[in-house]
Amino acid sequence: MTMTAMAKPEAPSGCFPRAENRCHVVSNAPMNSEYRLLVVDAPETGLSAYAGQFFHLLCPATATEQPFLRRPMSIYRIDRENGQLGFLYKVTGKGTRALASLAPGDELNATGPLGVGFSLPEGTKHVAMVARGVGLATLAPLARMARAQGAMVTAILSARAPEFLMSRDELEAAGARVIEVNDVAGNSAPQEVINRLRDIHAETPIDFMATCGSNRLLGLTRDLCSEWRIPGQVAVEAFMGCGLGMCFACVVPVRDAQGHEEMKRVCYDGPVFGVEEVTAW
Amino acid sequence: MVDLFVTIGGVHMANPIMPASGSIAEGMADLVDLGKLGAIVLKTITPDIRQGVKPPRVVEYTDATLFSIGIPSKGPDYLLNHTVPFFARFGPPVIASISADTAEDFGTLAGYITDPRIAAIEANISCPNLRAHGRAFGMDPVAAAEVIRAMKANTDLPIWAKLTPNVGDIAEIARAVEDAGADAVVTANAILGMGINAETMTPRLGNVVGGLTGPAVKPVILRMVNQCAEAVKIPVIGCGGIATGEDVVEYMLAGASAVQIGTMNFVHTAAMEQSIAWVTDYCTRKNIARVAELTGALKLPVDQNSEQRGAVAL
Repeated sequence: MTMTAMAKPEAPSGCFPRAENRCHVVSNAPMNSEYRLLVVDAPETGLSAYAGQFFHLLCPATATEQPFLRRPMSIYRIDRENGQLGFLYKVTGKGTRALASLAPGDELNATGPLGVGFSLPEGTKHVAMVARGVGLATLAPLARMARAQGAMVTAILSARAPEFLMSRDELEAAGARVIEVNDVAGNSAPQEVINRLRDIHAETPIDFMATCGSNRLLGLTRDLCSEWRIPGQVAVEAFMGCGLGMCFACVVPVRDAQGHEEMKRVCYDGPVFGVEEVTAW
Repeated sequence: MVDLFVTIGGVHMANPIMPASGSIAEGMADLVDLGKLGAIVLKTITPDIRQGVKPPRVVEYTDATLFSIGIPSKGPDYLLNHTVPFFARFGPPVIASISADTAEDFGTLAGYITDPRIAAIEANISCPNLRAHGRAFGMDPVAAAEVIRAMKANTDLPIWAKLTPNVGDIAEIARAVEDAGADAVVTANAILGMGINAETMTPRLGNVVGGLTGPAVKPVILRMVNQCAEAVKIPVIGCGGIATGEDVVEYMLAGASAVQIGTMNFVHTAAMEQSIAWVTDYCTRKNIARVAELTGALKLPVDQNSEQRGAVAL
């Protein structure tokens, strides 16, 4: 019996689009000094995830900590062929410290897939993605989605230093052209990134942009999308209560075309919003 | 075969387990068969449209959360045109929940939403986040009774009064709403609390104060349910930190006729269904034919009267 066959959704199963997926940990290894990659065997409901959606993870109790609420985690890898999901995360607090304690064979209870992910307009030809830090993880599945729809993908990855840069291999495997920038090299300032994007746009016109992980990158994405009159989307992060649109804890102000602001739920109305709708990622 | 049927303040329920107001929304239907619940209690609405308080809105503690949401509300028309039709199709009775700035507004809103698809209205007189008067209606027996009387004057639907635990003597409030005509009391809403970040020297909640909920509050609310059940003849609905079927049984033994599960729905979406199954097994194992027999079946020491439970010498 394979691990995949053992993984099954928590009741109820069948006609429900989301579930408390009882996954099994395949690996949970450090990728560099900051990030770890958690790979799990997931049941079918979990594998129905698409780019930009997330799972709400029940963090295991450790000897010293017992996180009460689940933790939202964007999907880094959706591998339907092998029945696996991947989560790329940085250990920053109680929840991620608990996740880091998971060992191969352990169960991970992952509610999902949740939220509204990226939607690429039909006929999109060239997607430009700009991401920094943990935002890189969120955009990786979008590269696959875009390639599957026949679009070309250019990804600008930003990091504090080259050793903190993640996802290059994942993005290249997905068929994206990858450009790295970092603070040490001094080529990650917004104006530098804008110049790069203008050059790329002049070469092959960009008709969709996506961003995650930095307010400055969100700002420049919004400006360029407005200038080029193309759609752009951002994946927003928030500390959540329920992850299902029930508790209204994870709200952010969202602006409509008339400039009217309404508090919307990151978990249920998002986490992906139009770049013109939100002020912070 | 255990009979799980209960009748609570005019509402007939297939079992005594329902969600607490604000703990489920449309998203829950993507994971859970809502048709299996005893009732479906909706999120509180206000007469006006509200956005809620400034984030951050939640702080996590061990087995507890401190929430301050501020009742975001799309108003009564959205409730009647969207929320009620969405939940009515699952089958269990739908309970609306309302809040307002004045007793008269409670009455007007109760009348406005009176509809055959709604089985009862819960009066949220206890939300600790209300800023209207700096003090919740439920903290004052006179104000609490005024709200219930205003609602009863405007609707024939059963009224459930959801009490606040932030009072010295909750039995006094329970008696006041019973006298005003309430058909049941829900004990209780969240315990007022505060969170502070030592590093930043700032409050952890945008609204500074919030309501403590989750399994950690269970002993406090269990005591209050017991006090309310001994004070009034109308049914008491227990609500406070229930996570499992065993918690449900404890609340019923203390005097509750039904229960609401709140915060645990955020962590385990299967909590309500699993609790129904556990209570069924418990009754079978204990040879209890009707779940209603559990209400108030607590075996107390014979030499301690209920007055003695109003205080404790530590």
